[in-house]
Amino acid sequence: MSQISASNPLYTARKRRNALMLSVSALALSFGLFWLAWILATLLFEGGNALLHAALYYKMTPPPGADGGLANAIAGSLAMVVTGTLIGTPIGVMAGTYLAEYGRKSWLASATRFLNDVLLSAPSIVIGLFVYSVYVAQVRHFSGWAGAFALALLVIPVVVRTTDDMLKLVPSSLREATAALGCPQWKMIFFVTYRAARTGILTGILLAVARISGETAPLLFTALNNQFWSLNMNAPVSNLPVVIFQFAMSPYQDWQRLAWGGATLITLAVLLLNILARVLFKRTT
Amino acid sequence: MSAVPVASQGAENQDATVESRQARLPPGSRSAGWLDPVFEWLTKGFAFLVFGILAAILVSLVIGSELTLRKYGLSFLWREDWDPVREEFGALVPIYGTLMTSLIAMAIGVPVSFGIALFLTELSPGWLKRPLGTAIELLAAIPSIIYGMWGLFILAPLVQTYVQPLMVKAFGNIPLIGVLFSGPPLGIGMMTAGLILSIMVIPFIAAVMRDVFELVPPMLKESAYGLGATTWEVVFRVVLPYTKVGVVGGVMLGLGRALGETMAVTFVIGNAHRLSASLLAPGNSIASALANEFTEAVGDTYLSALFELGLILFVITTVVLALSKFMLLRLSRQEGART
Repeated sequence: MSQISASNPLYTARKRRNALMLSVSALALSFGLFWLAWILATLLFEGGNALLHAALYYKMTPPPGADGGLANAIAGSLAMVVTGTLIGTPIGVMAGTYLAEYGRKSWLASATRFLNDVLLSAPSIVIGLFVYSVYVAQVRHFSGWAGAFALALLVIPVVVRTTDDMLKLVPSSLREATAALGCPQWKMIFFVTYRAARTGILTGILLAVARISGETAPLLFTALNNQFWSLNMNAPVSNLPVVIFQFAMSPYQDWQRLAWGGATLITLAVLLLNILARVLFKRTT
Repeated sequence: MSAVPVASQGAENQDATVESRQARLPPGSRSAGWLDPVFEWLTKGFAFLVFGILAAILVSLVIGSELTLRKYGLSFLWREDWDPVREEFGALVPIYGTLMTSLIAMAIGVPVSFGIALFLTELSPGWLKRPLGTAIELLAAIPSIIYGMWGLFILAPLVQTYVQPLMVKAFGNIPLIGVLFSGPPLGIGMMTAGLILSIMVIPFIAAVMRDVFELVPPMLKESAYGLGATTWEVVFRVVLPYTKVGVVGGVMLGLGRALGETMAVTFVIGNAHRLSASLLAPGNSIASALANEFTEAVGDTYLSALFELGLILFVITTVVLALSKFMLLRLSRQEGART
């Protein structure tokens, strides 16, 4: 039979087309992986050295031509990411709880889900613009708080989404069993469904942290930047992404080297967070 | 799996609650009746906050751009000037840059994402699926500023020395298309920005495509295989038609990402307020104009013009996202109707 088929021109043409398309698809996959490998290799090559210098972690951002590190930028970034997460997480978890536990399929919940997705994909620079106009322009100075608020606005939609999804995965039989025991709903949510969905919600928070750690655009006109050590959240605070932006765009070699160091640091941290979130999530499902 | 221990924990807890309730029934039941609606309203309040934030964003952008909205009205959209000295502004150049770079990104990103999704769903051996899928998703995790920096220092010089001269040579003399590939190869410009954007949207589009491809009932595919179709024919004639609404939704989702991307574009687009037909020329996008000029803008009109750019960007991305959601919803409805 294969001999008959092999001599059939239509059959061979289809087979050839199939092989061609499938190899193109394998090529597409390697195209994607190629960029990932290339970017990571560049980062390790250009910034790997900088990461090994202890000065990176305890010296301040230098003027051009001088020796220095990124200590103030790292501390500022950490402070804002932590504050942003602390503000955004409770809001996100509560809103997500409403969607999954109370709203369910009501129109209000569906509308909120849609608007949350709009917020999720709103360009981060627009969020920065928003915080600038409602906060920075009103108090008339850039500040770490403004930066943290902008980051919190990015955390909220991610956490809402994952909380909603994860709570929906909790089997209804658990809720029914709890209700049958005469438990009030708020207690059921706190002691049963939150416990069941704990790791999933944590995964969402980790992903949100990973997302905001690398965000630059919303910090440009909220936290601005600061060349010195300052953790005063009511004043401009130095932060890694904006320092990287500024130093990379500068013509000075030593600044660019520091920028590569910062870039490598941030990427490794973000990738690590992502992988951690995945491992956590895999353990739950 | 984890539901079992959790369930037992929950049950233990319930025992405790029930006992304590029996011990002092009146206050317990009263507090429960009082706390429940409070908690519900609290969570509802936070859900409304999401509404509130979105409305506040829209309102603040409109208020911020009041000056130029009044001065130019709709003509802001197609005015070409961008002159901070004479205070004459128009959004044509950044809008064109945003659309053009996103278009390039889609032209490269969509077929590649399709190939990736096809590989992951139909070709990949089971044990490779997860690591490969994760690797592609990690592309989305890399912060955009890293893409920008890498694009500026690594990709742009390579594009300038190797890719662009080839393109000028190959397409430069063809009438009509030629003008897109004219001018000196600078490395930075709309083409490089589009190329980087394409890498950034691939993980988003590929993830949606993979997910919708997996929605196709195995019976449909098996029937096609049973009739002697090749893998490609199954994908092209069965899987793709079945999921086309979802695929379009995924593409729109990626488009939304590309339109709003800021830092990666800012590094490599060249930030020139100039309208040029050539893709090799530097240009400007809405997001990169904001990132570059906002902190340095002097004068109310200038600031207002930038706010209006932000408003335009917000409206465009919201509309694109709404379309994408609508498409994906239609797929899941149709899915529900058939099964």
